[in-house]
Amino acid sequence: MSTQVDAQSGTSRDFWSGVRAALPLWLGITPYGLAFGLLGPTVGLSGPATLAMSLLVFAGSSQFIALGLVGAGASYPLIVLTTLVINLRHLLYAASLGPYLGKLPERWKPALSFLLTDEAYAVTIDRFRQPGMAPGPLFYLGVGLAVYVDWNVSTAVGLVLGGLVPGPAALGLDFALPATFIGLLVPQLRSRASWVTLAVAAAATLVLSGLPGRLDVLAAIILAASAGWGVETWLRRS
Amino acid sequence: MGGGDLAQALLILGMAGVTFLTRYILLALLGRWQLPEGLARWLAYVPIAAFTVIVVRGTFAPDGQVSLDPRSPYLWGALAAGLVAWRSKNVLLTIAAGLAGLWLARMVGG
Repeated sequence: MSTQVDAQSGTSRDFWSGVRAALPLWLGITPYGLAFGLLGPTVGLSGPATLAMSLLVFAGSSQFIALGLVGAGASYPLIVLTTLVINLRHLLYAASLGPYLGKLPERWKPALSFLLTDEAYAVTIDRFRQPGMAPGPLFYLGVGLAVYVDWNVSTAVGLVLGGLVPGPAALGLDFALPATFIGLLVPQLRSRASWVTLAVAAAATLVLSGLPGRLDVLAAIILAASAGWGVETWLRRS
Repeated sequence: MGGGDLAQALLILGMAGVTFLTRYILLALLGRWQLPEGLARWLAYVPIAAFTVIVVRGTFAPDGQVSLDPRSPYLWGALAAGLVAWRSKNVLLTIAAGLAGLWLARMVGG
């Protein structure tokens, strides 16, 4: 009996310690949520659709890229396909978190999966790997829920703020989205292969921009990722 | 632009569906299928590729038409944002620098 109580309080401690570990992430996530809420209506998404995307998709970079594609007039099936390719990186995270979450009941897994993001993964794997001090699996649930709440509250606040600003394009706010991605991109340029990826993506975007239906975006992503992969493979061999 | 409400609902459900699949499938198949090492290394380059495409389109084709005009205010905004991103690694400062560069170039350019 007493061990059961202990187990329960330990579980709830893991959850709240996850929530606390996620609070510093809010600093980084809130501006994106605000920006997403602000920008959604500028490309023609309705207010409810903008918020629904944050509630149901809950994947920042693909949501921003979807905005860019909606604004550029891409077909919706192509946007869904592009979203799939961009979010395939979740496979990496799930493969690495899996062994730590595997002990949980099967029925929990859909909810836990839904909360998987770059940020939640980074914080959680860091703690799970600490020898001896590693928290239980509910730590991850706490991190994931805290990120989810922040992303959606900030999207909603951004929507309200956007309604107060007249003519965002005249103010140059249409450039806030590319500027955001410059901020995300630059810290990732740490190897020769990553620079090659950037160069090929840039060249392919410009050269292929005539392709119909904004197919250029998906084509450029696949070409550039393959180039980065190729250079990394080649450098390893030589 | 943007389509009707029904089209937007379908877009969001489609995006939500494929995204959930990428998150869930390995946890559901835990131990029964492993991510091939080559695919894992390829996936690591997808974010850089995707972010670059958005930056290049926003900088050189803000209205949909590609233009390499060096007087474009968007180009100066991107240069300012890139410089600040490199020095500070801070996203909010980067956005502020990008917008400031764009406004300055617009004022100077007339």
